[in-house]
Amino acid sequence: MTTTEPELVEFDDVVARFDPVMGIEVHVELSTNTKMFCGCPTEFGAEPNTQVCPVCLGLPGALPVVNRAAVESAIRIGLALNCSIAPWGRFARKNYFYPDMPKNFQTSQYDEPIAVDGFLDLTLDDGEVVRIGIERAHMEEDTGKSLHVGGADGRIHGADHSLLDYNRAGVPLIEIVTKMIPDTGARAPEVARAYVTALRDLIHSLGVSDVRMDQGSMRADVNLSLSPKGGALGTRTETKNVNSLRSVERAVRHEMSRQAGVLDAGGEIVQETRHFDEATGHTRAGRRKETSEDYRYFPEPDLVPIAPSAEWVEELRGTLPELPWERRRRIQADWGISDEEIRDLVNAGALDLVEATVAAGAPSQDARSWWVSYLAQQANTRGVELTGLAITPEQVARVIELVAAGELTNKLARQVVDGVLDGEGGPDEVVAARGLKVVSDEGELVAAVDAALAEQPDVAEKIRSGKVAAAGAIVGAVMKATRGQADAKRVRELVVERVGA
Amino acid sequence: MTADSAEERTGGVITRDEVAHLARLARLAVTDSELDTFASQLDVIIGSVARVGEVAADDIPPTSHAVPLENVFRPDERRPGLDQAQALAGAPAAEDGRFRVPRILGEEQ
Amino acid sequence: MSELIRLTAAELAGKIHSREVSAVEAAQAHLDRIAAVDGEVHAFLHVGTEAALANAALVDERIAAGEAPESPLAGVPLALKDVFTTSDMPTTCGSRILEGWQPPYDATVTQRLRAAGITILGKTNMDEFAMGSSTEHSAYGVTRNPWDTTRVPGGSGGGSAAALAAFEAPLAIGTDTGGSIRQPAAFTGTVGVKPTYGQVSRYGLVACASSLDQGGPCARTVLDAALLHEVIGGHDPRDSTSIDRPVPAVVEAARQGASGDLSGLKVGVVRELGGEGYQPGVRAAFDASLRRLEKLGAEIVEVSCPHFEYGMAAYYLILPSEVSSNLARFDAMRYGLRAAEGRSAEEVMANTREQGFGPEVKRRIMLGTYALSSGYYDAYYGQAQKVRTLISRDFAAAFAQADVLVSPTAPTVPFPIGDKVDDPLAMYLNDLATIPTNLAGVAGMSVPNGISEGLPTGLQIMAPALGEAVMYRVGAAFEAARDADEGGPLIARVPEVTR
Repeated sequence: MTTTEPELVEFDDVVARFDPVMGIEVHVELSTNTKMFCGCPTEFGAEPNTQVCPVCLGLPGALPVVNRAAVESAIRIGLALNCSIAPWGRFARKNYFYPDMPKNFQTSQYDEPIAVDGFLDLTLDDGEVVRIGIERAHMEEDTGKSLHVGGADGRIHGADHSLLDYNRAGVPLIEIVTKMIPDTGARAPEVARAYVTALRDLIHSLGVSDVRMDQGSMRADVNLSLSPKGGALGTRTETKNVNSLRSVERAVRHEMSRQAGVLDAGGEIVQETRHFDEATGHTRAGRRKETSEDYRYFPEPDLVPIAPSAEWVEELRGTLPELPWERRRRIQADWGISDEEIRDLVNAGALDLVEATVAAGAPSQDARSWWVSYLAQQANTRGVELTGLAITPEQVARVIELVAAGELTNKLARQVVDGVLDGEGGPDEVVAARGLKVVSDEGELVAAVDAALAEQPDVAEKIRSGKVAAAGAIVGAVMKATRGQADAKRVRELVVERVGA
Repeated sequence: MTADSAEERTGGVITRDEVAHLARLARLAVTDSELDTFASQLDVIIGSVARVGEVAADDIPPTSHAVPLENVFRPDERRPGLDQAQALAGAPAAEDGRFRVPRILGEEQ
Repeated sequence: MSELIRLTAAELAGKIHSREVSAVEAAQAHLDRIAAVDGEVHAFLHVGTEAALANAALVDERIAAGEAPESPLAGVPLALKDVFTTSDMPTTCGSRILEGWQPPYDATVTQRLRAAGITILGKTNMDEFAMGSSTEHSAYGVTRNPWDTTRVPGGSGGGSAAALAAFEAPLAIGTDTGGSIRQPAAFTGTVGVKPTYGQVSRYGLVACASSLDQGGPCARTVLDAALLHEVIGGHDPRDSTSIDRPVPAVVEAARQGASGDLSGLKVGVVRELGGEGYQPGVRAAFDASLRRLEKLGAEIVEVSCPHFEYGMAAYYLILPSEVSSNLARFDAMRYGLRAAEGRSAEEVMANTREQGFGPEVKRRIMLGTYALSSGYYDAYYGQAQKVRTLISRDFAAAFAQADVLVSPTAPTVPFPIGDKVDDPLAMYLNDLATIPTNLAGVAGMSVPNGISEGLPTGLQIMAPALGEAVMYRVGAAFEAARDADEGGPLIARVPEVTR
């Protein structure tokens, strides 16, 4: 592009003078066995052009037939998003030429969506609840994938030719479109991220998609405009295919600073498609179109209308699992924890892990404590997500059990966990291999206590004269002597006992 | 030419520029002489089919499908498709199991 | 000329199944005939000699082994319009853009023909992507009318109809979007049926206009058409618009009709089909057909379908709109022609489409692109769909007064090659009488009627959706009466094709 990039405006300055208005479109690939309109598999990563047939290759004469499971998934998503389900609707053809689209039209429910007018409530980090309006959720089909050859970095610009793989063409997509999201101010980036996160969790709980942003089975497009405080709505840009939760937040933040820069310089925002660059955190303009888009939508004559009966919709409502917010309410009550505590668990991505640990027999408090403190630290230092740690909830529960049984101290338990994380085996194997057992032989402990008291007679005297707090020094010495493998509580009792005797 | 009905019926419903725009939308690299021919032919045809506007149909529902079927679905079951060689058999060019096409200028939508 | 090629399909099947004639002999007789006359007629784009003889041999083996033939038409040769995909023969749709394309799959109709043991002789010529009324818009040259080889055989299915009239095949398959089966039938003195929309699967039928296209049988007699209708009709789960109901018993209806009694039936004459624009000779033949129907016991009533006069306008908005989208896939990326020129995918697409499509196809693509454009949609495509509703209502009202409706099939007799090819609107008028049935999805057929100017004319019979039985009954009764009165079938009067 020839236009120079504007000065970016400091984020605080942007929100002091402008109100951001967002709209978010999320595409979710359904994990049905087969594609939207044909019986081809939908698996990710197959050899190119091996999951294709006359229908999804758009061969002359081939005709689409709607996958019932995709419709059911769409209705369930709509219901979970508190939408109304349209009693009648048709697919339309969106006509435009692009080599990754075999028919040169996309079959989409664009103007007669199956689900309309719902909402999703989000809880932000500080407990504020934001309600995001859902305008619609509709079914469509995915495109193939192009590989650009001969360019500098596999990008489309400067490529010599392109190679097309249609395995993904025709995979069912649900596009979920929010209503305008106003009044989020400085929280806009956070709200955007929280919305996509909440939507991901919701769809995951429905089991209709694997919602992997890294594999493209969930993709977000962010529309954003700025209006001067109290002023009219600005022109929006659409940032396409933002491929991680973090990128959603960064893309909004950057686009706010960029648009403010353009406006401050007296420029105008161009209504355009932009692309988010993961490396720089910036958005860049797409190629300007020579002619304005005119998709020439019309009802798809090869498919008949979908008219879900009330009975069918209610039957599907009955199949909805416990939704994330319902689950959180239940867990909060079961475990007796505060709003803040459950939020911390959710934000740390620990809720599933803690629940699984509890299910494996651990008390909820211990399970929470392990996951949000020591294991969270370990994840951090090892640079992985909590779910990426090499320890299972069952193994954590076993460690907690060993501590409760007095076979491990907390300190020893952490060493056991370290061993598991380092791939030394399960908790019991690590205990055995590293010899990490609490010294529970009373005779051995008494001898160690006596030795420590003898080494520090002045401390022994202090304890004897009633300054029980001084016992800490002796306990410390005993723990050192036993390489930490003694139960500190028992040692303290023994110290007092031996001094007083 | 007097302002007769022929002029009214066919006069300037569609211009040469509009035909050029339509050709771009439809990805047809029409020649200059074709532009002239098509402009005059489309002008006559559109003038004629515009008759549909004479029918008062404000409260008439449109028909998109000749036979009123609804809810035709397929079970979510796999069916054998084409193998890679069959898929690529008709391709003007192929490479590494993929369809080879000239470089693409536009961006994905 | 071998007598085998003069037989009806029913007669030929009888001889094959009784082992009086082998299926191979039947196939060979027709292949010989094609070799003899198709240089002049040019009904075929591709002849699949080996596959045809191989199928015939299989049928013979089966019959020799004492097994029941695959169907009542097993071993009978057939000409397939080149718009249905065939995995063993090219499928070009009469277009340069698909030259040499060999589909990797069979259309449902193709599969059903094979399963019925029918011998597919080859693929027939057609107006490019079924757009046209004369077969002059084929990229592979015009098909000539066997009645007068300086004249067109009608279109778009001129190849299938001419193959029947030239005795190159006793059966053929056509497709009818606005008259492409019926008008060529009228122009060649043969029988052509457009079934109810949704009765014959469109899977593997390369789309012209999806909401109007319907495959159907072509033959030299009503009974033969009925036999073929029952082979290709019926529900197909691969076509979402396919009707999940049994095919009406059209063979039985045709046999019943041939006994010649139509008493108790009401035949409606559509006032709006037959006035201005219809040649006097065509009118006269039609009037004679009404008297003949009356003699058979039918009651003739006049019905009015006031919105039919807008049918052509609605049709030439809906059809091009769907065409503009259906033909977008021909872009040189995955199959078919690819232009050598162009520095980018976009340029290659545009150049290929420019070189690969003929003028009529380009015209309709642009017309449809226009009709669907934002700002014009409501006035054109949207309004056309409302007219479509009104035409359906006209049919409903008319069928409340009559069991079947009749009209001339085409307003003229076959016209000379080259006469209308540069005047699109004049060409479009050919389908004046046939278009309304496609818009409403109801059934229609053309049966041979009288001669005008030495050329055949057709009688169109229309029936409500799934009302094929009564349509075939009337058609068969009319055919029997006409043949009895005139001392033989119309087709017997076709001159021998000479160079």
